[in-house]
Amino acid sequence: MRRIGPLLLLPDPNPPGWWAVCVSLLALVGACTAAGGVFWAYGVSPLVAYRVIAEGTFLDSRALPEVVRRTIPLLLVGTGLVLAFRAQFWNIGAEGQLLSGAVAATGVALFSPLPSGLLVPAMLAAGFALGALWAALPAFLRLRWGAHEVLTTLLLNYVAAYGVEWLVHGPWKGPSMMGFAYTDLFPEAAWLPVLAGTRVHWPTLTLGIGFAVFGNVLLYRTVLGFEIRVQGENPEAARYAGISPAKTVLAAALLSGGAAGLAGVGEAAGIHHRLLSPGQVSMGYGYAGIVVAWLARGNPLGAIPSALLLGVVFTSGDVMQVALRMPFRVTDVFNGLILLFLVGSTPLLQTRIRWAPVRSKPAPAPGGEGWTPSSRPS
Amino acid sequence: MDAVLATFLRALAFGTPLLWAALGEIVAERSGVVNLGVEGMMLLGAFFAFATAQITGSPFLGLGAAGLAGTLAALVHALVCVRLRANQYVSGLALGMVGAGIAGLLGRGWEGTPLGKALPELSGITLSGLVLSGLVWGFLYHTRWGIALRSVGESPAAADAQGVSVPLVRSLAVGFGGFTAGIAGGFLSVAYRPSWTEGMTAGMGWIAIAITVFSGWDPLRAVAGSLLFGTLFHLSFRLQGVVAPELLKMAPYLGTILALTLTTAHRGSRIQEVPEALGVPYVRGER
Amino acid sequence: MRFFSPAAVADRPAPPEAGDAPLLVLRDIVKVFPGVVANDRVTLEVRSGEVHALLGENGAGKTTLVNILYGIYPPDGGEILLRGRPVRIPSPRHAIALGIGMVPQHPQLVRRHTVAENVALGLPGLPFFRPLRALEDRIRELADQYGLGVDPRARVADLSAGEQQRVEILRVLLRGARILVLDEPTSALTPQEARALFRVLRRMREEGCAVILITHKLEEVLEASDRVTVLRRGRVVGTLRTREAEARQLARLMVGREVQFGTARTPRPPGEEVLSLEDVWAPGDGGTPALRGVSFQVRSGEVFGIAGVAGNGQRECVEVCVGLRRGTHGRVRIFGQEVTGRGPRMIHEGGVAHVPEDRIRRGVVGGLSVAENLVLRRYRHPPFARGPFLDRRAIEAFARRLIALYTIDSPGPWVPARILSGGNLQRLILARELHGEVRLIVAVHPTSGLDVAAAQQVRRILLERRDAGAGVLLVSEDLEEILELSDRIGVMFRGRLVGVLPVEEADPERLGLWMMGHGA
Repeated sequence: MRRIGPLLLLPDPNPPGWWAVCVSLLALVGACTAAGGVFWAYGVSPLVAYRVIAEGTFLDSRALPEVVRRTIPLLLVGTGLVLAFRAQFWNIGAEGQLLSGAVAATGVALFSPLPSGLLVPAMLAAGFALGALWAALPAFLRLRWGAHEVLTTLLLNYVAAYGVEWLVHGPWKGPSMMGFAYTDLFPEAAWLPVLAGTRVHWPTLTLGIGFAVFGNVLLYRTVLGFEIRVQGENPEAARYAGISPAKTVLAAALLSGGAAGLAGVGEAAGIHHRLLSPGQVSMGYGYAGIVVAWLARGNPLGAIPSALLLGVVFTSGDVMQVALRMPFRVTDVFNGLILLFLVGSTPLLQTRIRWAPVRSKPAPAPGGEGWTPSSRPS
Repeated sequence: MDAVLATFLRALAFGTPLLWAALGEIVAERSGVVNLGVEGMMLLGAFFAFATAQITGSPFLGLGAAGLAGTLAALVHALVCVRLRANQYVSGLALGMVGAGIAGLLGRGWEGTPLGKALPELSGITLSGLVLSGLVWGFLYHTRWGIALRSVGESPAAADAQGVSVPLVRSLAVGFGGFTAGIAGGFLSVAYRPSWTEGMTAGMGWIAIAITVFSGWDPLRAVAGSLLFGTLFHLSFRLQGVVAPELLKMAPYLGTILALTLTTAHRGSRIQEVPEALGVPYVRGER
Repeated sequence: MRFFSPAAVADRPAPPEAGDAPLLVLRDIVKVFPGVVANDRVTLEVRSGEVHALLGENGAGKTTLVNILYGIYPPDGGEILLRGRPVRIPSPRHAIALGIGMVPQHPQLVRRHTVAENVALGLPGLPFFRPLRALEDRIRELADQYGLGVDPRARVADLSAGEQQRVEILRVLLRGARILVLDEPTSALTPQEARALFRVLRRMREEGCAVILITHKLEEVLEASDRVTVLRRGRVVGTLRTREAEARQLARLMVGREVQFGTARTPRPPGEEVLSLEDVWAPGDGGTPALRGVSFQVRSGEVFGIAGVAGNGQRECVEVCVGLRRGTHGRVRIFGQEVTGRGPRMIHEGGVAHVPEDRIRRGVVGGLSVAENLVLRRYRHPPFARGPFLDRRAIEAFARRLIALYTIDSPGPWVPARILSGGNLQRLILARELHGEVRLIVAVHPTSGLDVAAAQQVRRILLERRDAGAGVLLVSEDLEEILELSDRIGVMFRGRLVGVLPVEEADPERLGLWMMGHGA
């Protein structure tokens, strides 16, 4: 119990649902304010910046498709990470898993002898598989030898990035343009269909939304989801209940890696139609996915609005690049600040705030049982 | 023989920024706080060092600015983790993203221009790493404050009960970690490759964290760890004619994964060297 | 140097007579936590040169009061007077500076560090560099003077509970404490170690220190204290001179009604064997064997209690019995069938209930709902699971039934379990474990941290099951509880069962010797 001036903060283990939304909103406002400070340091007035963002994203109906197309990979990665984090599998390697998916899609599109009707499903399947595999390796290292997955997944991002660079500069090198290296363009049959007039590749969008729904059903209505939740929160109790950590960790890794892989397929086959240098394929979706997952507060369906929000952030990066000549990097600042404020506000989630300006007389006890869970006996 | 000595010295030199960053992280983690934002703080340091050196003409002032930038960023991490008791892993990650973003943002326009007056490499800088390692070792094991710091990382409740201020110790330790990370980045941009490029630390911050883990949180063993990685980096540079450069660049990261796995496998479940309270926010009154 | 040295002790002024103005007064202390008033206008007066016992049950408010004294949290009302002057104690550091020292119930030492490093922690007056050299000598001197033998270079992790407590006491003395607070100091000690402690307390009293002894054990009060203040439900119900008090009276004050000493356990002829361990060896967490050839049997209709100071293999023994740990040697049989190497789920499904040691950390998943916790052991089976899916309606119906049956006080089946109080959590665990055909119950510290009503309910349930034919393996640090509930008692020391007795032949002295490893 802490007191800040006239406000009393009490621990509340079961707050009402709307409180979480309030806290998140508060965090977002905080992040935007801090970001404004950064703009000011760069030499751009925060008010101008936000006006430009608003006009370029949600106030402009033509901008909506762009927001949606940015949302697609964020939704896939984010939902996967919600599941992974729920299982306490700290997958920071979504960036590399996304690249793996893109590589798989490129491989299938350019080099496989499949009939054109099967190309798209094959790319998606291959992308999922390779992404899942890229995440399975750190999972295996953790299960077998206890290597902490935060570092291993993350280091594999760099390996994947250099791998893509090697492919693009080496064996898969296509015609280069303006000094940038690319692979050949995919055959038309390997292009993901888009909604008319936009860049929204709808198969992956559908997969994303479907995955979010699937994730929800999985966590709350299946045996595996139950085991994931128990294992994630209390590994001791999970052992007790006979839950195999290998099963849950592996499931978390495969699902999150595979989802990121699908996102990679979407980018390679839906947007660029070729494999490019890693920074242009991924643009930080892997890390932003962490923000999506955190903002979703553990619920896969929550990833949908979160991904949309981050989609707005990414689109504002584009907008600010054009209108204010700010580098796209500004999205990293946004993402990082949002995550920081979200994390900092997490303890508030299980707190109740009461307005109590004067020291009031303590109410008599209801009598009986000790006190709430985290107390000690006297 | 000369070639081997030369390689050894170059490796030591390459490893010094890693060593500085790792030593800071060791101090922070010994007090119980994980800082995953080292990479971002190194980038911040690199940028501010370059910009300051370019403006003032003094690389030393640049390094000072780098240290300051890293410290300030780390203090934000301390605020969020220690005072607000939030999740340390994610907070560090978030700060790393912010740091990298700010460095990239403010760094636009500084790219490509070489540094006016750079710091001469090798001897001085390399020596500084070894000296720092000795100082950290002496501090941790042979001073009163070192005992306090290690106790905070093993059992904050015990330290608190003896009147040691857990938030203060942790904040100072984390601040120190940011300071060294900033300086490490500063070395890169005013000495090793006197220039600024976006993302020039290329994951070194993560390798420094890995060194913290597999050196068993021991400052002297961290020297060996950074030497190993300095060698890997240097070799990958040298062998570029022979093997495709991108594949070579993978080597340090794969090597780190291998080293991490081997050390945790070797220690098995008796991970005795991990500070017991690492990663756990401390709340007084809770056991 | 400011810290204690034998010379400094001799220089101190002679202690005032017990009868002078009190050294420390806590007056009308109020402390409120969400939902309960822990201290309701409590007044405590302590004189120098006296041992003052603070007696009360779990939940009476004793630890809260001394936490306020030690600066862990502030009082919501009332004042503290030291030598007649009001003082504010916002943190432990201030308490230490005022000469108040706390020896906690569970040692708060850094296990990985040495004794000297622990004592040096936060100690003022030490040199900045190489602080340990001079300190080690001081520790040895003080230890000799007070009879607190311990090696300053030893690692705390290697010390016994009694030795760790000595380190805590040394630390407190070295800081010049004149008021010592000991929180349930004998909870982890054998009877012999407890007597050694009382000798140390007498020595301190002679030096003029004031000692506050927190306890819920009547014999301790009678043996070691000069005066006693009894707390019940946060209020002071009496302050007496120990010489003029007697056990029955104190018990009545403590509990509020006439207490029945002894228990309603009826002797039964034991039935067939339900659990048997034969020469079982099992590794501990550190690699060294925690069990070294343990053999015993539990029969249906009996309670077999395992006594022993924590850390002598009891936990590992329990884990072997319920499938959480593999033995390297020997055989475990449950209901006559060999189960060595089977996992916890299979063993549970065979009819074994496990009431675990640390209910908050091991027994319950706080973020999951009460209903989901109740099916934690059986969610895989119909009707709760159909193929890969869970049947929430079936789970809810089951949960509601159990909530009613075991009187779990919960707002509903779908609230997160973490909002339940300690007693209700234990009821949840009992409900989950004991539902169905259970022929063997393994209960570990089942009443720790519970208030009297809940603890009695738990004991009653265990005895009821025993009467109904189940076998019970009871592990507890509370020797009284073991004596009250068991039909046969075994003592574990360093991974071996050093003796087994029927309860009629067991007395605390003998058990205490065994607990310390002295012959069987």
